[in-house]
Amino acid sequence: MSDNPNNWPLWEVFIQSKRGLEHKHVGSLHAADAEMAIENARDVYTRRQEGNSIWVVEAEHIHASRPEDAESLFDPADDKVYRHPTFYTMPEGAKYI
Amino acid sequence: MSNALFTYTLRLADDLLVLSHRLSEWCGHGPVLEEDIALTNRALDHLGEARNLLQYAGQVEGQGRSDDDLAFLRNERQYRNVKLVEQPNGDYAHTIARNFLFDAYHLPLMHALLKSKDDQLVAIAGKAVKEATYHLRHSSEWMVRFGDGTDESHQRAQTALDDLWTFTGELFVEDDVQKELEKAGIAPASGPIKAAFDSTVNEVLKEATLKRPEDGFMAEGGRDGRHTEHLGYILAEMQYLQRAYPGAEW
Amino acid sequence: MTEVKDLEALFQAKIDAEQKIEPKDWMPEKYRKNLVRQVSQHAHSEVVGMLPEGNWITRAPNLRRKAILLAKVQDEAGHGLYLYSACETLGVTRESTIDDLLSGKAKYSSIFNYPTLTWADIGAIGWLVDGAAIMNQVMLTRTSYGPYARAMVRICKEESFHQRQGYEIIAVLSKGTPEQKDMAQDALNRWWWPSLMMFGPHDGESAHTAESMKWKIKRESNDELRQKFIDRTVQQAEVIGLKVPDPDLKWNEERGHYDHGEIDWKEFWNVVEGNGPCNHERMKARIAAHENGRWVREAAVAYASKKARKKQAA
Repeated sequence: MSDNPNNWPLWEVFIQSKRGLEHKHVGSLHAADAEMAIENARDVYTRRQEGNSIWVVEAEHIHASRPEDAESLFDPADDKVYRHPTFYTMPEGAKYI
Repeated sequence: MSNALFTYTLRLADDLLVLSHRLSEWCGHGPVLEEDIALTNRALDHLGEARNLLQYAGQVEGQGRSDDDLAFLRNERQYRNVKLVEQPNGDYAHTIARNFLFDAYHLPLMHALLKSKDDQLVAIAGKAVKEATYHLRHSSEWMVRFGDGTDESHQRAQTALDDLWTFTGELFVEDDVQKELEKAGIAPASGPIKAAFDSTVNEVLKEATLKRPEDGFMAEGGRDGRHTEHLGYILAEMQYLQRAYPGAEW
Repeated sequence: MTEVKDLEALFQAKIDAEQKIEPKDWMPEKYRKNLVRQVSQHAHSEVVGMLPEGNWITRAPNLRRKAILLAKVQDEAGHGLYLYSACETLGVTRESTIDDLLSGKAKYSSIFNYPTLTWADIGAIGWLVDGAAIMNQVMLTRTSYGPYARAMVRICKEESFHQRQGYEIIAVLSKGTPEQKDMAQDALNRWWWPSLMMFGPHDGESAHTAESMKWKIKRESNDELRQKFIDRTVQQAEVIGLKVPDPDLKWNEERGHYDHGEIDWKEFWNVVEGNGPCNHERMKARIAAHENGRWVREAAVAYASKKARKKQAA
C-alpha cells in the first residue's frame, strides 16, 4: 500500500482476552517488524486489561473473499436446515437429547 | 536504621518519579504514534511505582507526610535520584539510551529486592519486576535497532551512550546508607547488580554493534541531593501549583 | 453509466436498510471521499488534541491528577491511531494522511487552537470539549461505514472517563479557595463558546451535512447535537455553582430546550482559517515531532530488513 519504503507496514491485531476464548480482531497498527508489532499491540490494545495473548499478521498477507461473491458463497447454506438441531422432532418425554 | 530506610526508599522513589517526568515530556511529541503510546505507558508505570514507594517512605518517616507531600514539597537538595534520570530527553536515541542504562540496573535491583527482609519493599518490587522486565525488553530492542539500523541512528546511539556513560557509576554507589541496609538484609549488595548490569550492557551493545564507552570520570552526588542543574527546572515545573497555592486541594 | 446508477441505488438501499458498508464493498467515490475527509479530520483532531492537555502533564497539581491526565492524553493518541487505521481501509496510507495535515491541506478541530492557560482549563477541556465530542462520537458509533463505526465503539468506551475526570477537576476547583473558584469560572468563560462551535456551522450553512445524513455517515445534525449538549451542560454548571457566560440563555418551556445566544461566527471562521491563538504552535509541534521522528522510523525499517535478509540467508 505504501509508496515510501521507509513507512512501517500495517499489521492486523488479534487479541485473546481470556484463556479459552478465541483471538478476536481488534484493529491495526504500524510496526517495522513482528516483534515490534506485538509490543505495539500490547501498548495500544491491552491498556485496560483486555489481553491474555496477542496475534499479529501483516495486513498484506490477509486474503479476503470478495463482496460480490457473497451470494454464491453463502446463500447455498440457507436451505440446509438439517444442519441445525432444531430441525429434528424428538419423541415427547425423551430427556437429555 | 529507619533514617537510612527512609533515605533508601526515597532514592528508589525519586529515580522513578523523575524518570517518569522526563518520559511524560514526550507525550504528544513521539516519533510515531505507537511509540508515543509506549513511552506514556512507561511513564505511567514509573509514576505508579514512585507513588507506592513515596507512600512507604512517608510511613517509614512517621511524620504523616503523604506521597504528594514528598513529591511536591521537597526541594532540589532533598531529592535523592541519580543524575542519570534527570538528564534532558535530547533526541530519541538519548531517551532510549537513558532508559536502557537505567533498565539494565533497575531490573536486577528489583529482582534482588524480592529477597529483601523488608516486606513492603518485597511487595513493591514484586509488582515492579514485571514492568521492569518489559521496559528492558523495549529499550534493548530499540538500542539494537538504532545501533544496527542506519548510519545516522548508529551515530546518534553511540553519541547518546558516550554522553550518558558518566552517569552510570552513581547507580552502584556504596555509601553509609547502602552499607547499613545491606548489613540489615534490606538492600541488596551492589556487586551482583553491577555484574548483571555489565552483562546486559555488553550483550545488548554487542548485538547493536555499539561500543561500550570507557569507564572514565563518574559523576556522583545525586544520592546525596547534589544534582545537575536540570533537576531544579524539573521541580519548578512539577511543583508549580503546590507552591503557588499552598494548602489548596486539587 | 446505467451500471453505476444501479450500483448507487443498491448502495443506498443497503444504507437505508441499516446495513454497514465494509471496505471492499462498492461505494460511490463521493462517499469514500467524504469519509476520508471526515475520518482523517477526526484522527488529526485526536492527535493535535494531545497538545493543549499535554501542556499541563508536567505541572499537574498532584500525583493522582498527573496519572489521570497522562492516561487520558495517551488515550487520545490511541484514538488517533484507531482512526488513521479506519482511514487506511479506504485506501489512504497514514503517511499520506499525515502529510495532508502537516502541509495544511487537511483540517482538525479548531477547539485545539485555543491555549490551556491555567490548570482549570484541563478540567474545562474534559468537561466541555470532551463532553461536546462525545455527543458526536456516540452518534458515530452508528455511522454507516463499518470500520469507522467499530473504531468509534472502542473510542466511546475509552472516553467514558474523560468527561468525568474533567468535570471532577472543575467541581473540586469550584468548591476550593476563592482563587480556585475564579480559575474555574474563567475557564468556563473562555471554553464555553469555542465548545459550542465544535458542532460546526448551522445546519443550513454546513457544506457536507445533507449528503452525510443521506449516507448516514452523520445521523444527527450539527444544531441538534449542539442543543443536546447545551441542555445537559447548563444543569451541570448549576450543580457546581458556575455561571454559563451567555446572557441570552433561558429555558424555553414550550420547546423543552434552552434558548441560547448566537455564536460569534466571525471568530469561528477566523480560527478555521488559521488565525486562532495557537494554530501556528500546534502545527509547528506536529511538524517537529514528525521530522524529528523520521530517522527513528527509518532506522527501524533498516534494521527490520537487515534482520529479514539474515533470516533468509540462514
